[in-house]
Amino acid sequence: MLLQGCSQVQSSLDPASRSAALIANLWWGMLIVGTAILVAVLLALFIALRRGRGPVERPLSARGSFLLVLAGGVATPMVVILAMIVVGVSMGREIGDRPDSGPIVEVIGRLWWWELRYLDENGDLIATTANEMHVPVGQPVRLRLISENVIHSFWVPQLQGKTDLIPGQVNESWIEAERAGVYRGQCSEYCGQQHALMSFLVVADPPEEFEQWLSRQAEPANDPQSSQEERGQQVFLEQGCVGCHAVRGLSAAGEIGPDLTHLASRRTLAAATIPNTKGHLGGWITDPQHVKPGNQMPSTVMEPGDLQALLAFLGSLE
Amino acid sequence: MSVTSNSGQEPIVARTPEEVERLGATWQSPKGFIGWFMPVNQRVIGRRFVLTAFVFFFLAGALGVLMRIQLMSPENDFLSPDLYNQFFTVHGTAMMFLFAIPVMEGIAIYVVPMMVGARDMAFPRLNAFGYYVYLIGGTVFFGSLLLGFAPSAGWFNYVPLAGKEYSPGLGVGIWTTMITFIEVSALTAAVEIIVTILKLRAPGMTLARMPLFVWAALVTAFMIVFAMPAVIASSSMLVLDRQVGTHFFTPETGGQPLLWQHLFWFFGHPEVYIILMPALGIISTIIPVFTQRPIFGYTALVLSLVATGFVGFGLWVHHMFTTGLPQLGMTFFMAASAMIAIPQGIQVFCWIASLWGGRVRFETPLLYVLGFFVIFVAGGITGVMVAVIPFDLQVHDTFFLVAHFHYVLIGGAVFPLIGGIYYWYPKMFGRMMDERLGKISFWLAFIGFNVTFFPMHQLGLEGMPRRIYTYLGELGWGDLNLLATLGSLVLAGGFLLSLFNAVWSLWRGEPAGDDPWGSPTLEWATPSPPPNYNHEYIPIVSGRYPLWERRGQASQPVVTGLRDDRREVLVTSVLDAEPQAVAVMPGPTIWPFISAVAASTGFLGILYHPSFFLVGFFGAAATFTMWFWPRRPWRDD
Repeated sequence: MLLQGCSQVQSSLDPASRSAALIANLWWGMLIVGTAILVAVLLALFIALRRGRGPVERPLSARGSFLLVLAGGVATPMVVILAMIVVGVSMGREIGDRPDSGPIVEVIGRLWWWELRYLDENGDLIATTANEMHVPVGQPVRLRLISENVIHSFWVPQLQGKTDLIPGQVNESWIEAERAGVYRGQCSEYCGQQHALMSFLVVADPPEEFEQWLSRQAEPANDPQSSQEERGQQVFLEQGCVGCHAVRGLSAAGEIGPDLTHLASRRTLAAATIPNTKGHLGGWITDPQHVKPGNQMPSTVMEPGDLQALLAFLGSLE
Repeated sequence: MSVTSNSGQEPIVARTPEEVERLGATWQSPKGFIGWFMPVNQRVIGRRFVLTAFVFFFLAGALGVLMRIQLMSPENDFLSPDLYNQFFTVHGTAMMFLFAIPVMEGIAIYVVPMMVGARDMAFPRLNAFGYYVYLIGGTVFFGSLLLGFAPSAGWFNYVPLAGKEYSPGLGVGIWTTMITFIEVSALTAAVEIIVTILKLRAPGMTLARMPLFVWAALVTAFMIVFAMPAVIASSSMLVLDRQVGTHFFTPETGGQPLLWQHLFWFFGHPEVYIILMPALGIISTIIPVFTQRPIFGYTALVLSLVATGFVGFGLWVHHMFTTGLPQLGMTFFMAASAMIAIPQGIQVFCWIASLWGGRVRFETPLLYVLGFFVIFVAGGITGVMVAVIPFDLQVHDTFFLVAHFHYVLIGGAVFPLIGGIYYWYPKMFGRMMDERLGKISFWLAFIGFNVTFFPMHQLGLEGMPRRIYTYLGELGWGDLNLLATLGSLVLAGGFLLSLFNAVWSLWRGEPAGDDPWGSPTLEWATPSPPPNYNHEYIPIVSGRYPLWERRGQASQPVVTGLRDDRREVLVTSVLDAEPQAVAVMPGPTIWPFISAVAASTGFLGILYHPSFFLVGFFGAAATFTMWFWPRRPWRDD
């Protein structure tokens, strides 16, 4: 379907970056140690109960009990904790060190979708898009995490652990994909009614393709090529879509909804909730509250002909 | 008053039947409809706390099952997003504030005075006040769900989502108000418990001879006293932000959303140990009874409780590892969080050493304790895992966390609690609960619990965040969610069977007798159910296991000289429980109830208009005056 039924697109156990791989290995290591401890404790409990089955009590001596508590309750946790702190601190440093180079993306948490603003080295805006972040394979991407409404959390399990977007402060993070692919991310701090459907995609392309993509995103929208697209553009302006959505190159600069300049180049709609097909887009425009109750897009009633024209226009925004 | 040592199983100083009757009449609670609002006796209040808490437990549990039904398949539309969000908010809040704290307090209020040989708690009317405040707060909270304006910002109500702009309407207001109610109620109970334990112990029950459950209740009460002010401050600030526009938490005017998180978790993490601690006390109570041997490592167990109480305050930031705080500071909290494993480890191994080679009676209370071992140790291990910051960055706010804290809270607190209910039920109601039903209910709950929550670890690792009302089919989370939903039905069945057992046994249970389990602590020296005055004579204690030490002895020392025509209790010294004085306890009155109504009117009215603060303030002041009207007991002398 949306992502060819790949059930691992959001799994921290299928890492596609060095950070995520380190954490996944940490998990497997802790799982082995943890299971061993659990089994050992339960075995001790089992033996304790088992030994009382005879006709006489066979308690541990005071010394034996003392040693048992010392070994199990003090020594083992101490060793485990010490190892854990050493590993945790060193790994934390490696993951936390944000590189000094690479593209800068401002990730802005909206209700309930993601605005992505690509910046150049001087901090000037290159392009704005939504819900689909492209990154170059093998290069770190620096993230500035911003929210102006409630707290969200940016999380792409296959690439990096989460960092919150907190109003009033700018948090920083970074991601680096080691192989090309599409990775799914999702808001992981409860942010209101549609927290569940606030997702996005990270598309890792080879660096040249990424550069191409970015320069394409920086351009204004295509001009309408056919009369139907032209009429669609007219519908877009007349139906009030412009009040919320920006289409660069057109007199449309709404800031409430996602920038639609290159809508047709995206894989999904409604924050990675439905695939970006003509049918789904039509359904979304006519009744967005059915797909994602509570989102800020109102239903739009229009003539079937107008809708077809609008879809043709939106479909041309590659 | 004098301390008399008599000989012979029948006390020499036996009361005549008329005197016993007079003693009973003195401690009698009023009857009738109006009378229902008047009793102040600790066992009546304790029982009400426990029963009310279980009503809320089953309501909140039902919400949990409904949420599981919504999540059993991808893109399910059983619940609307709005309703689902209300459900998980109410479920979490109710389980933490309306069930876990009050039920543990209720058990402590019921059991502790009898365990330490007292006739009542230190401030009986305050006790009653605490209960009514809790009852009113809890009822209003669940009422808001029925009327459709329940809060939906999650049980920890992060601002700005919980602020007026993003949560308009009454919901969050109801939440903050209800929190205030429970804070008041918890603080009154904590003060009660501390003073009762420190000043009303039977002569001879030095601190070093106190039952472990009493120790646990004492540490819990101190933790409540230190933790609650943080949430009182934060919820009051949130109310002010919402009602008066004070901007404590609004970033656009210089407020700080992280401040809320610090204050909330400074309370919220100790809260977890506040819930866990009495359960640890219950385990230390049950194990010696079902092995008929003293527990191993009394001192180590006490020190572990105290250490947990202290360390529990030093790790709240591990709820905030993803907020972008500096690494170095967070490392401290990582270490502190992991350190808590040491006192817990000591306790677990002390219990194993206590069970070792003993002739263990595998009855229902002990089964629940053994279930605790499996579940709690697993939850503790995942707890150490999530304390490691890099790993937490992946699993924070996912179903892995949901699995982890249900393992520690249900396994660590609810299982021992139900074991404790099976254990103390005969004392409360004079009848045994059915053993066969008890065993079946244990196995249903144990299996159901693991089938529900174990798969959630995997779901979290596969990227499923918590608090989502739905998920897409292509993410591949459907099968494990379906399994968890089926498990939740079995778990609910297990708990409902215990509920049925408790109700059925009221009429059909075997008569229990005074001491059906062969317990060592003083509450079992009273008849079942105990008379209004608990102990006919205040016992004198000379060891940690008074009832066992009495076995085969011809005599039992008791305190004589307390009057039976007014509510007298013996006050003893803090460390060594040396008799110091006789205190006269207040009798039944309706004023605590009226005070609770006045205070509630104020608190709830604030949601409508801030001026209701004055109504609450003056109403409470006036009713407190009536409540504290001098009694002049010397007139009767």
